[in-house]
Amino acid sequence: MPDQLVYAMEVTLNGLMTGVLYSLVALGFVLIFKASGVFNYAQGVLALFAALTLVGIQNGQVPFAHMINAMTGGHLTDFGWHIPAVIAILLTGVVMVLLAIVIEKLVLKHLVNQAPIILFMATIGMAYFLEGFGDVMWGADIKTLDVGLPQGINETIEIATERWFGYGFFIDNLDIVATLIAILLVTALTVFSQYSKQGRALRAVADDHQAALSVGISLRFIWILVWSIAGFVALVAGIIWGTKSGVQFSLSLIALKALPVLMLGGFTSIPGAIVGGLIIGVGEKLFEFSIGPMIGGATENWFAYVLALVFLVFRPQGLFGEKIIERV
Amino acid sequence: MFYRESGDFKTSYSEDSQTFPIKFDRLRYYAVLAVAFGIIPLFINDYWANAVAVPFLIYAIAAIGLNILVGYAGQVSLGTGGFMAVGAYAVYKLMTAFPEVSIFIHVILAGLITAAVGVVFGLPSLRIKGFYLAVATLAAQFFLVWLFNKVPWFYNYSASGQINAPERTVFGVFVTGAQTSAMAKYMFCLVMLTLVALVARNLTRGTVGRKWMAIRDMDIAAEIIGVNPLTTKLTAFAVSSFFIGIAGALFFAVYLGAAEVGEAFGIQKSFLILFMVIIGGLGSIFGSFAGAAFLVLLPVFLKNVLVGTLGWPTDLAAHIELMIVGGLIVAFLIAEPHGIAQLWRVAKEKLRLWPFPH
Repeated sequence: MPDQLVYAMEVTLNGLMTGVLYSLVALGFVLIFKASGVFNYAQGVLALFAALTLVGIQNGQVPFAHMINAMTGGHLTDFGWHIPAVIAILLTGVVMVLLAIVIEKLVLKHLVNQAPIILFMATIGMAYFLEGFGDVMWGADIKTLDVGLPQGINETIEIATERWFGYGFFIDNLDIVATLIAILLVTALTVFSQYSKQGRALRAVADDHQAALSVGISLRFIWILVWSIAGFVALVAGIIWGTKSGVQFSLSLIALKALPVLMLGGFTSIPGAIVGGLIIGVGEKLFEFSIGPMIGGATENWFAYVLALVFLVFRPQGLFGEKIIERV
Repeated sequence: MFYRESGDFKTSYSEDSQTFPIKFDRLRYYAVLAVAFGIIPLFINDYWANAVAVPFLIYAIAAIGLNILVGYAGQVSLGTGGFMAVGAYAVYKLMTAFPEVSIFIHVILAGLITAAVGVVFGLPSLRIKGFYLAVATLAAQFFLVWLFNKVPWFYNYSASGQINAPERTVFGVFVTGAQTSAMAKYMFCLVMLTLVALVARNLTRGTVGRKWMAIRDMDIAAEIIGVNPLTTKLTAFAVSSFFIGIAGALFFAVYLGAAEVGEAFGIQKSFLILFMVIIGGLGSIFGSFAGAAFLVLLPVFLKNVLVGTLGWPTDLAAHIELMIVGGLIVAFLIAEPHGIAQLWRVAKEKLRLWPFPH
């Protein structure tokens, strides 16, 4: 087999795995958009906040240590204990649920029936706040996150491909685990929304707020629920991306990676988020691999957007979006 | 008592259709102009010009531009930073290629170039609407920033990849470069802002503005009563990008002096200007001024309080500032989703009846 083709295969595989991660972030967006019509820009910052909290809890950092020190002149840093990963993840999950309740109480409740752009701007405001809050609470330095996920090159695949193609593929163990986690998560979410009582209520709210209210579904509970789920998805995304590249501000920028995925797949479709993520992941890696070197590289920043833009010109509702019917 | 229509008799059509039909408004307008042009330049120093006045003037231009697109024509755009970058790089290329031409003309030309780019990225708006369009404009943001980073022709092959504003004069006074006085910077931006605001205000009062608003309120209905969506949407993109391009050109040439595209014109800039428009008030020229003033002054104020008065370390202060700005934005959106302009409108209604409200 020619070398170029083998390289392209490796790039495609890596692209698929990156795409899964994009889907994971996009999923959080879709859930919130479906249930509350809010386009939640803060999803990326939620992931950052979750990862920061997880690291903080694991290492027993004192929250707001920097601020307390500035005010009192003390030298607090940490409690000096180390909490096992599983318990830390559970505690972070609790924090994310609390956050969802606070967001619902303080922000969403007051913005019912506002124009979508106002809600969108409110989530950007929330993103600013959470970013500052996370930094004040846990400190702004780059942290490493280790919850025991395997990392490094997968040797089995390398040896197998070496034997078949004469060239060993570089596939990161972390990516494989992330893919498995993402598949599990999507299955769990689908089962939850199809077969549980709350899941049905959630779909009812997504379908028609008024009708859902009239059959006795509590909108506020559904909103708290869906923001908690989004917080949980953000936590998973935060763990994976945080393990991959450290917990730092740039983690919140993965939200920007998820936006073209949403455009491509449609804002209201869970399968759309997954397929869109895969297309974008593979597309941008292949483009960078084939055309990138000719035009200066680093095309990954914009390729996804341009692809989604061109696609939307031909199909404005996205891949799986509901058909847009306009009436005067 | 002072603020009412009665007693202010119009005797010609031009008087009847003037911008400020109420006498008090007119006087206030002339008073603001007199203070801005006559008094502030006498007292302005480097700190006030660089920290407050010049950024306010430039952001106000950008906010007026974006307000035309979002507030009047209803097309949400997140590509403002990218379009500002086009203005900045256009003015840089023009300044270095034609040093003998006045910078004033360069800035206008940079605006026109940005308008052309804006029209190209506005084309999808005919098919894509709402949030899909907002995200689609991010394509402009990321693509343009990448382009200016990767193609060396745009930054004249300089080793650092930065662009530096050469020294240029208007009527023999330096307005760009290191020798520029605070007053020159201020006056140059002020003249630009005044022109932009005049044009914008009158455009939005006329046929063009009414077409934009018809498209914003319901584009299909507007199309049925004979508003051409193609020309209307594209003129909105063109005019908006023209102003944003001017703002970008001034931001680089007058305010920063040297710029690196990702840092100066990143996505944060797009959000900042969208915030100005929303907090100020969608569909209001006054709102653009108010929003720009609010978001320029707030961080300066917070920094002075947190670092200057309380003496906290700057990194902590920066994070708390972010929290307060974010929190205030949310609080503001909850308290008054129509922005500062709406508060102003309510105040004017009250003034009309004051002091006898019945």
